[in-house]
Amino acid sequence: MFSRAYKTTVTAPPLLWVTVFLLLPYALMFCYSFWSVSPAQTIIHSWSFSNYAQIVRVDVYWQTLLRSMWIAARVMFFSLVLGYPLAYFLSFHAGKRKDLLYQLVIIPLWVSYLVRAYAWKTILGSEGVLNTLLQYAHLTKHPVEFLLYSPFAVVLTLTHIYTPFTFLPIYAALEHIPRNLVEASHDLGATPGQTFWRVIFPLSIPGVVAGATFAFVLSLGDFLAPLLLGGPSGIMISNIVVSLFGAAYNWPLGAAISLGMLVLVVSLLVLSERLEKKWSFS
Amino acid sequence: MTTSEIAVLSASHDAAQAPLLQIRNVAKTFGKNAVLRNISLEIGQGEFLTILGESGSGKTTLLRIIAGFESASSGEVWMADERLDRLPPYRRPVNTVFQQYALFPHMTVEENVGYGLRVAKRSEPDIKERVAAALDKVKMSAFAQMKPSKISGGQQQRVALARALVNRPKLLLLDEPLSALDANLRRQMQVELKSLQRQVGITFVFVTHDQEEAMVMSDRIALLRSGELEQVATPREIYSRPATAYAAQFVGHTNLLRGEVRDGVAHCSSLQWAAAMPDGAVIFSVRPENIRVAESGVTGAVQVRGKVIHQAFHGATELIRMDCGGGLILAVRTAGGSRLQEEISLEFSPEDAVLVRESPERV
Repeated sequence: MFSRAYKTTVTAPPLLWVTVFLLLPYALMFCYSFWSVSPAQTIIHSWSFSNYAQIVRVDVYWQTLLRSMWIAARVMFFSLVLGYPLAYFLSFHAGKRKDLLYQLVIIPLWVSYLVRAYAWKTILGSEGVLNTLLQYAHLTKHPVEFLLYSPFAVVLTLTHIYTPFTFLPIYAALEHIPRNLVEASHDLGATPGQTFWRVIFPLSIPGVVAGATFAFVLSLGDFLAPLLLGGPSGIMISNIVVSLFGAAYNWPLGAAISLGMLVLVVSLLVLSERLEKKWSFS
Repeated sequence: MTTSEIAVLSASHDAAQAPLLQIRNVAKTFGKNAVLRNISLEIGQGEFLTILGESGSGKTTLLRIIAGFESASSGEVWMADERLDRLPPYRRPVNTVFQQYALFPHMTVEENVGYGLRVAKRSEPDIKERVAAALDKVKMSAFAQMKPSKISGGQQQRVALARALVNRPKLLLLDEPLSALDANLRRQMQVELKSLQRQVGITFVFVTHDQEEAMVMSDRIALLRSGELEQVATPREIYSRPATAYAAQFVGHTNLLRGEVRDGVAHCSSLQWAAAMPDGAVIFSVRPENIRVAESGVTGAVQVRGKVIHQAFHGATELIRMDCGGGLILAVRTAGGSRLQEEISLEFSPEDAVLVRESPERV
């Protein structure tokens, strides 16, 4: 339908972009992950698995990775717990207010990530809104310290930031359920509760899987929330990568950790894709 | 009179005494839009009643009110001595076959059919047995383990039917269930559906816009127009004695002759015949098959000459349009053999001109 020249002109720029800014850096990272750093801080271009061995051997790396996954899992859990009922309410019971409520869910996405993270800082800090309120109400004498600079703060902030990402695919899945299926279920004698668990929920699983994947994968790779709100106990794996590429000047180890995470995330995406396929019937 | 005839008569007599479903003065408005106005209808035990109407006549809304998916703005729905319209759909002893079948895509055919029994917490062996019997009845046993997306429209239709019937509802509602099927399959399903209904003895309320389908299948037809019942009668009665001009036109072909009666004589265009009725403007309906090519010597027939202006071949018969002069165009069903532009003499008996009421304008 389109001429060859036209196709080339249209596809070349994005292809070039992806090659130069994505594929080449990945290839470079891949090479780096097998190299090492000399005591004189130069890169030694000899190939070995020592960086990967180090990830397994040195406690701080795999422990931080596990903690990151644990934080991501909690974020995933809470954004599902918040996002699903919200999506369900909007899709089935919001009536005329549906569009307005939908916009209200989306609006936070227009606000800069940093603004939202800093907002939590002012809320959770020892001089923050929450602590002032607690002391004013005489619920505590001294500021509650665990609120800020803790995994709690990171989970809270990331949940706030990524819940819309969980909400959206669930909402889309719910909106796609033909309403006559719900009527058919009621018609066949199923109560609203039975209808939810036997018809609505199973048909929304692809959305749940997609939403959960978003929350988990995005949280796992996050480094700003732990940096701003995590404190020493809230450090995540990306913070380590950042410091390895920065102050620590160990690019090879940083690259190895990054590639490890990439493999982890890609496997998760493949798994999630399979689950979604298994549960879609259109 | 045979015993079976007596049984049929007494059954219909019982139905007349205690209808299964009573719709009393039901009205439905959406905003300012009146979709149904003052509908009262009784449906007998074991009856096959068709709600016939054009799109927008309110027929689906009426069905949804019976099923419980819509609530009536006013009026009541009773089943025997139980008031239905206050019950949620899942508490009504009514099942529905939906227009698009609405089979659960994540369940197999067997699971779909067993759904109603399963949510009613029947025992598994009982469910298995009844599902197998229901699938057998609609000849779908071989497809029990398939997902709905893997079977054809006609097969989905059967599964939807089995899924509704397996619960042994007192009343089965069918919302244009055949409209998505192609013509051949539709005719076949009409016959099957009708014989299945006789077999199971469940009352069917069938919604369609297809008058032919309504005629073929129904014990009675409730003709709905713009939210009001135009006529409720057997197909034969509605066809031969339509109450209104609309009913006459909607059910089968007809010629509507507008004119007036003066001193016991009906005048319609150039036609005249003796009509024992009060003076005034009138509309008569004359079916095309009741107009014959004139044989001289028939006394009392209304005679008219006309020119063939259009022919439509219908297999066994031919429907021709005749220009009889003075703006009078008549549709006539003949055995064929006429030629375009040919002049023919026609006649019909005055008793075949059925007086119908004007259908009032409704907004």
